Amino acid sequence: MATATQVQAQPLISIEKLNLFYGSFHALKDVSLTIPEKAITAFIGPSGCGKSTLLRTLNRMNDMIPGTRIEGSIAIGGTELYSNEVDVETLRKKVGMVFQQPNPFPKSIYDNIAYGPRLHGTRSKQQLDEIVETSLKSAVLWDEVKDHLKRSAFSLSGGQQQRLCIARALAVNPDILLMDEATSALDPISTLKIEELAQELKDRYTIVMVTHNMHQAARVSNQTVFFLNGEVVEFSDTEKLFSNPTDQRTEDYISGRFG
Amino acid sequence: MMTTRKEFDHGLELLHNLLVEMGHFVDKALEQSMKALSETDTQLAQRIISEDTKLNQLEHDVTELGSKLIATQQPVAKDLRRILSAFKIASDLERMGDLCVNISKLVVRLDGQPLIKPLIDLPRMSAIVQTMTYESIQSFVQENVDLAYKMAADDDQVDALCAQISHELLALMMENPRNISQASILNFVARHIERIGDHATNIGESVVYLVTNSRPDLNR
Repeated sequence: MATATQVQAQPLISIEKLNLFYGSFHALKDVSLTIPEKAITAFIGPSGCGKSTLLRTLNRMNDMIPGTRIEGSIAIGGTELYSNEVDVETLRKKVGMVFQQPNPFPKSIYDNIAYGPRLHGTRSKQQLDEIVETSLKSAVLWDEVKDHLKRSAFSLSGGQQQRLCIARALAVNPDILLMDEATSALDPISTLKIEELAQELKDRYTIVMVTHNMHQAARVSNQTVFFLNGEVVEFSDTEKLFSNPTDQRTEDYISGRFG
Repeated sequence: MMTTRKEFDHGLELLHNLLVEMGHFVDKALEQSMKALSETDTQLAQRIISEDTKLNQLEHDVTELGSKLIATQQPVAKDLRRILSAFKIASDLERMGDLCVNISKLVVRLDGQPLIKPLIDLPRMSAIVQTMTYESIQSFVQENVDLAYKMAADDDQVDALCAQISHELLALMMENPRNISQASILNFVARHIERIGDHATNIGESVVYLVTNSRPDLNR
């Protein structure tokens, strides 16, 4: 099993011999990884290498794709993710996700954040107010929006919308935050803000990010996994992977020789 | 991405060529300064001194090009080490050029006076250092760690010759105090050649770092 060297944090996500098929296409091949808790793990690799597929297995987003077949094991905090007992709604409460394009609901800023907690049964106005404030503060958006929480989420800029989506994910108090190319539609300043936010959040949450931007992985993450053709080629501390990778294919990819 | 890599590879090739040019320059400067010494040729010595600005310019070019490549291409892993090593190697070569200038300045100080003894060990020493300089650049060009280690091992001979020359010159000074002035000049020449050898060894260390990402001490 590939395990990042010198990782101090406790492993939270444990993936063993994972194989995933889209019909006859073998998208993930014998993937074994231990993703540590309260750290940022980045998945990198060329298009079609399986990095987003693996990310989506972590909150069972692939369930919705017809013809998907999964073998092997993924356990979060010791609980097998693909067992029949797992309630997908509860799972997604624990594993939040942020996508490439900011996707706020066509509602007010306040209602975007309150949506999840309401869905999970929180009714008290005071409690909701608190959750909205805490979540927006965690996503470093509070100061920018506190005076117009009733405005439409669409009135925000792209970068603000993405931070709103992060706040929305945090509102249901998850353990894990998945970020799928979360900054690729943003300008450099907004990107930097999201990266700084990720750095702040990693003390409280386990963050797994897929990025096409290798330098983002180098800047932000603690561990990096390099995928190629559905396989894990290398998994190590980010500093090691970007300064002295073990596998020649990793070196070739990060040096821009293919991809 | 492939276009970027093409530009980057071209930049690395230019960087490479600049270092090779600097290596040839130092090689020639050492050869010429020893010629100036053995023939006590003040004019040649002065020419070597004035030409050193070219070497300084080449080092400047390496720094400029390397910085530009880092800023625009954001290299990682071995690519980054190629540029970091180039900075260090250029700095060593520039210092080697300065030491050749120092030898030439000593030749100027001799002011054409005949040498107190025929030069035997100094040319031998400088020949070894010249080979070391050449091999250090070759080890960089070929990214050849074995050659870097072999070259660095030759530095022991240089150190031994330097110590031997010092003893010999000390004996000459004790024998006749009138020898002191020129003997101390020759002693400095030996010391400068020995330092050039140390810089060649440093280049070997940079090559090992470039290839293996570890920094050995070849100067022991």
